Amino acid sequence: MSSIVAVRVPTILRTYTGGESDVSVSVADGATLDDVVSALETAYPGIGARVLDDSGKIRRFVNVYVDDDDVRFASGLQTPTPDGSRVSVIPAVAGG
Amino acid sequence: MTVTISPAVSAHVAEGPDLGPATHLSCRECDASTPLGPFYACTECFGPLEVAYDFGRVSRERIEAGPRSIWRYRDLLPVPADVAETPNTDPGFTRLIRADRLGTELGIATLWVKDDSGNPTHSFKDRVVAVALAAARQLGFTVLACPSTGNLANAVAAAAARAGIRSYVFVPRDLEQQKIVTSAVYDTTLVAVEGTYDDVNRLASELAGEHEDWAFVNVNVRPYYAEGSKTLGFEVAEQLGWRLPRQVVIPVASGAQLVKVDKAFRELLALGLVEGEPPRIFGAQATGCSPVAAAFKAGHDVVRPVRPSTIAKSLAIGNPADGPYVLDVTRRTGGAVEDVTDDEVVEGIRLLARTEGVFAETAGGVTVAVLAKLVREGALDPDAETVVFNTGDGLKTLDAVAPVVGPVGTIAATTEAFDALRVAP
Repeated sequence: MSSIVAVRVPTILRTYTGGESDVSVSVADGATLDDVVSALETAYPGIGARVLDDSGKIRRFVNVYVDDDDVRFASGLQTPTPDGSRVSVIPAVAGG
Repeated sequence: MTVTISPAVSAHVAEGPDLGPATHLSCRECDASTPLGPFYACTECFGPLEVAYDFGRVSRERIEAGPRSIWRYRDLLPVPADVAETPNTDPGFTRLIRADRLGTELGIATLWVKDDSGNPTHSFKDRVVAVALAAARQLGFTVLACPSTGNLANAVAAAAARAGIRSYVFVPRDLEQQKIVTSAVYDTTLVAVEGTYDDVNRLASELAGEHEDWAFVNVNVRPYYAEGSKTLGFEVAEQLGWRLPRQVVIPVASGAQLVKVDKAFRELLALGLVEGEPPRIFGAQATGCSPVAAAFKAGHDVVRPVRPSTIAKSLAIGNPADGPYVLDVTRRTGGAVEDVTDDEVVEGIRLLARTEGVFAETAGGVTVAVLAKLVREGALDPDAETVVFNTGDGLKTLDAVAPVVGPVGTIAATTEAFDALRVAP
């Protein structure tokens, strides 16, 4: 069995997705955000390194949401991404 | 005096937008360079983009001969030279008040209040919006928009009305009624959003990706917008007679204002427009939303987001974009970031009103209360010249003080009734 996760792609990463703002990836049941990022990298090579830094952590100026929750309030890259969930990647540099 | 910071200055080649002395955008994290344009995050690392300049020759005399608005500093902003001639709200050059009575109360020898409630829509946000509008025009945007905790909504709605362009402003549903009315009156499209400011901000970031002709002032034109806050620093220096104070206390929401005031002081020093040392910069937050103060006190260089709960709604940003840079600036300059409770915020508002006749909004109450706390704790030197910022008008946050101030009594219209009140002389 596998799960389908929808991903909202920010403008500055759409060069990797052929201009697509919404893509989806297939991951195993029980997958986490980490698996979603890996699946994105497989489908759109180069995108992973934009979202994660050299040590594999979410970059300081990237906000990632699973459904409506900022993963920094959840379990970071270990946040579960069940079938039908929606991941949003958004530059943190906004507001105020 | 006239100083040349770059000896090889020639006329800027007119290619692309005319943003005055601005030359390109530079990533604050990885230094990657991006051409001037509607960009705000680095394509390499998502880091924030910063406007880089070639200032050429800038003189005190030229600034002093300029209009009594932020446009006197146009040579130091990413705007075209004729910016003052296009319809805008002409903000800035607000008063710097010598605050001897407040200083005496707090034990500070030389204290000033930079009172930015005097702007056209009564907060410092008119400064940043005016710069954003000028840049947005040059970048080809046709609509002005923002997520806001209220003051920015007022400023965007008014600036768009004056410029004759459409605007969309998005605010948290639980915003103060005063700030909703003072936005909606300008006939903007005002949208109340369920959730916190951080939720509104996220929505705006997503919408900015969908509507390419919308300038979300604090999202996709944020590098230009944020530069407007430098004018607070320029004005303080000019109003002190081209001098820098030793200490400054500034409210922290996203943190952009504090970071840009520091940048302003350093630019003035680099250009030789002032002499001396960069001021110690102190940041002020409400305890109910104090992620930057918490990181400062813990010795961290990253800011962990929080869910805000404070009456200081204009500072209620739980995930502050410039938080890490506030930590850098305050540590580099020998300052600090401190926080105060909501009760202290109310007392700060009343103290400033009672001693100086200035009615601050809750953010001003935060800075005054933090100033008091910093003196009590010995973190701020009471003998060094200090400037405290009031960035908004108390009329917009009446709810904060309405429960604790009011008439001493209601009486019949007779002298006997007044005498019976026994009001202290």
